[in-house]
Amino acid sequence: MKMQRALTRWLLALGALHGTVVCAGFFAPYDPAVQDRMYPYLPPMRVHLVDTQGHLHARPFVYQPKLRVGSFDQYEEDITDPRPVKFLPSGDYYRLLGFLSCRRHLFGAKNARIYLLGTDAYGRDQLSRLLFGGQVSLVAGLLGAGITLLIGMCIGAVAGYFGGWRDGLLMRLSELFMALPWLYLLFAIRAFLPLAVSPLKAFFLIIAVIGTVGWARPARLVRGVVLSAKERDFVRAARGFGATNGYLLRRHILPETSSVLLTQAAILIPQYVLAEMTLSFLGLGVPEPVPSWGNLLSSLQQYSVLISHWWMYLPAVAIVPFFLGYLGLASSLHERGAAYKIESRILGNLT
Amino acid sequence: MKKPTANFKPCWIFSTLLLSAFTFIGRRAIASPPEKTTEKEELLVLPGEVGQRGERLVVSLRGEPKTLNPLISVDTPSREVIGTMQADLVHINRATQLTEPALAKSWKISPDGLRYTLVLRRGLKFSDGYPMDADDVLFTFRLYLDEKVHAPQRDLLIFDGKPISLQKVDSHTIVFQLPKPYGVMERMFDGWAILPRHLLEKPYEEGKIAQVGALTTPPNHWAGLGPFRLKEYVAGQRLVLERNPYYWKTDAKGNRLPYLDELVFLFVPSADAQVLRFQSGETGVISRLGAENFSVLSRDQKDYAMVDAGPGLEYNFLFFNLNDLGEKAPPEMIQKQKWFRDLKFRQAVSSAVDREAIVRLVYQGRGAALWGLVTPGNRRWADEKLPHSPRSLEKARELLKEAGFSWGVPGNGDSWLQDSDGKPVEFSIIAQSSSSERSKMAALIQDDLKQLGMRVQVVPLESRSLLDRVTQTKQYDACVLGAASYDADPNSDINVWLSSGGLHLWNPSQARPATPWEAEIDRLINEQMYASTFEQRKKLYDRAQEVLAENQPMIFLVSPNILAGAKNTIGNFHPAVLEPYVFWNVEQLYLKNGTENATR
Repeated sequence: MKMQRALTRWLLALGALHGTVVCAGFFAPYDPAVQDRMYPYLPPMRVHLVDTQGHLHARPFVYQPKLRVGSFDQYEEDITDPRPVKFLPSGDYYRLLGFLSCRRHLFGAKNARIYLLGTDAYGRDQLSRLLFGGQVSLVAGLLGAGITLLIGMCIGAVAGYFGGWRDGLLMRLSELFMALPWLYLLFAIRAFLPLAVSPLKAFFLIIAVIGTVGWARPARLVRGVVLSAKERDFVRAARGFGATNGYLLRRHILPETSSVLLTQAAILIPQYVLAEMTLSFLGLGVPEPVPSWGNLLSSLQQYSVLISHWWMYLPAVAIVPFFLGYLGLASSLHERGAAYKIESRILGNLT
Repeated sequence: MKKPTANFKPCWIFSTLLLSAFTFIGRRAIASPPEKTTEKEELLVLPGEVGQRGERLVVSLRGEPKTLNPLISVDTPSREVIGTMQADLVHINRATQLTEPALAKSWKISPDGLRYTLVLRRGLKFSDGYPMDADDVLFTFRLYLDEKVHAPQRDLLIFDGKPISLQKVDSHTIVFQLPKPYGVMERMFDGWAILPRHLLEKPYEEGKIAQVGALTTPPNHWAGLGPFRLKEYVAGQRLVLERNPYYWKTDAKGNRLPYLDELVFLFVPSADAQVLRFQSGETGVISRLGAENFSVLSRDQKDYAMVDAGPGLEYNFLFFNLNDLGEKAPPEMIQKQKWFRDLKFRQAVSSAVDREAIVRLVYQGRGAALWGLVTPGNRRWADEKLPHSPRSLEKARELLKEAGFSWGVPGNGDSWLQDSDGKPVEFSIIAQSSSSERSKMAALIQDDLKQLGMRVQVVPLESRSLLDRVTQTKQYDACVLGAASYDADPNSDINVWLSSGGLHLWNPSQARPATPWEAEIDRLINEQMYASTFEQRKKLYDRAQEVLAENQPMIFLVSPNILAGAKNTIGNFHPAVLEPYVFWNVEQLYLKNGTENATR
């Protein structure tokens, strides 16, 4: 019961986080590619309720930033120029959930642009980029993990169920794949592609590559489960009644692998998000100006950015709750799987 | 001809690597220098602040030099080191950008402009104490001109296929005979290091000249006429030079230069690591700084001071692939080249580019917007009449409309540009991934052009594969690149100007000019090369700049400022906008008070 509650909690937390990213267009105040060339590397703006004279305002406001005198990159608040925050204003065009045309955003500022998480080198809103970047990174993780698990399940089931030379061949192949230095493989694949790859193509390419490379580990796990499941009494009984291989696999054996697969999914998704980030960080992922968590972080490769603009680290901070959520989910899934196994074993003995 | 700059370095490095791999040097006992010379020395007295002798200065170098041999050096670190170890006959003062006497104390030009008579200083000695005379000069130029030596600068000594010739008049007078009158020959003497015949004659005769001057050479087997000489080399770590006691310059008080006892080059490959070393006080001087690192260092200047020397000679530009790709070109490339060849298209792109934003966002204001190849840093040669058209998207749209382009409106309000055949205008810009500045410029241009409805992709590429695409395979649409003239004189960029030049990047090494305006530029540049007065040359060169600006084969973007910094204890630190930005007066650099030790 306690376990069930923990699981629900993790799922709810992850649901909320993903929901925010999925509805990035609404929560983000601006289009992530729009450059505000007057304010490169603007630090996060402060939202005020009390002005410099000590008056309390009903509506929160920000001060318009201005360059400090004699500086090219240091800003200060222009306290003579307050701009009220507006809620649900109409702004940049976006598509909610990929198809609903919208212009309504959660917040904005009147006659000004508001940068709650600061801006990057081109004056693009870091918050909007963070949210939209999450879409790219998370979808890459989810789809990649999906592909991996599908391939892993098929190969593992075939190897475990049929055994013999098929098992030997597939398992040697899986060892080969586990030994592959996948990062360098990706470099190599990217080098063979045409010069200019559109963001969408690059995106699917990454998913395809990280999805197909990692199947070995889940396949071996599935194989183990299948090996033990195919010797179970109820499987033998079904076979005795004349069930075909396909039916046995579908109906009796693969359902046994579900808890392994779910746990694997919860572990693989953050791993693959990280893989996408690594690639984009190294400039092999989705190209500019499309944001992803990896290419948001890539500006940190420069020493000057590293030590001067702390808000450029925020994408790295943002991934922490996601990873925590997934790992928490994985561990509760694992516990539940173990409990289920014990339960079924006890029940099995009783009957 | 243009010496390869840092930007074009990669294509040369390989050959030098191979050459320096052979580190053999003729094994001969080096006899102690003859002490008979009692000739009175004619020293050059330098004006300026008088410093103190002693101490050592540590600086970082972007990479390990490939060689100390000026005959084969092409990479920037080698040239930087060689610059402190060698000397030339006539030198360009990096501060005034004018020529001044060096090893040659005076020179005369015959009225027909064909004969240059140079008189050497008396009592000159190499850093190993051997006297230097006209024979060394003759020998040196024999090497530079020898095709088998493959000196990268050799082309500069060939005029219309004929080499210059040298005659010795007496032990201190040499006549250079030119096949054709050449207006700025004395400027051309800059950078030709005069080499020691007594060390190089034997390897040269044995055909091993390219193997001489490796960094592993024992210090007593290598000599030059520069302020410093080889002391120690630790592979992968540092190169230590010591004071040349025979150097031929003194300060205003008659103290022999250089002031420093030792000059240490640390090999620090990344710009960021150089900044860290400088910040920690490990190195005394930093140069070739990016604007962002400059502002990081500027923030807490306690022990050091940062200097912004103003716009240098580096120019960054965007260019389109205008090569004749022949029959084999893929159809989409033919379509794209149809746009690129359209002058109105290029003008529209130029008009849409926000140069001021590049200066501000890429260089944090430490740069100058550019409309021509000659930068504002080049005070004598920049054409002031060149139009500086401000950014105008309306004008760009107008130009595109005139050229037959139109805008399609698919759905969501964004409109995309299409050509007269209804094809959407889509292309990619390649940029060096190693240069964050140029990648940023490309990203800004991408956004500028998006506002015209062009779909542009930026492709970061590693430098060498980028150059390979531009100069060899020619598989690219457009490219953002930069180059730095090594001298203020127009002739240093001749390979960019001439249609036959290898750095005529949009269509390099043409057999004959592809367009009438390229032919016109060829004519103007050749004429200015042989014109005798500055005014004549300037007029021709201005016209060439105008023709280039009218036709926009290169869309010029910005010229960054030369940024440098030095510890407060270093005296006579005056960065110049010409290479080698900070070490042009290395003999005059000194450490004040001697209280601080620049090394650990």
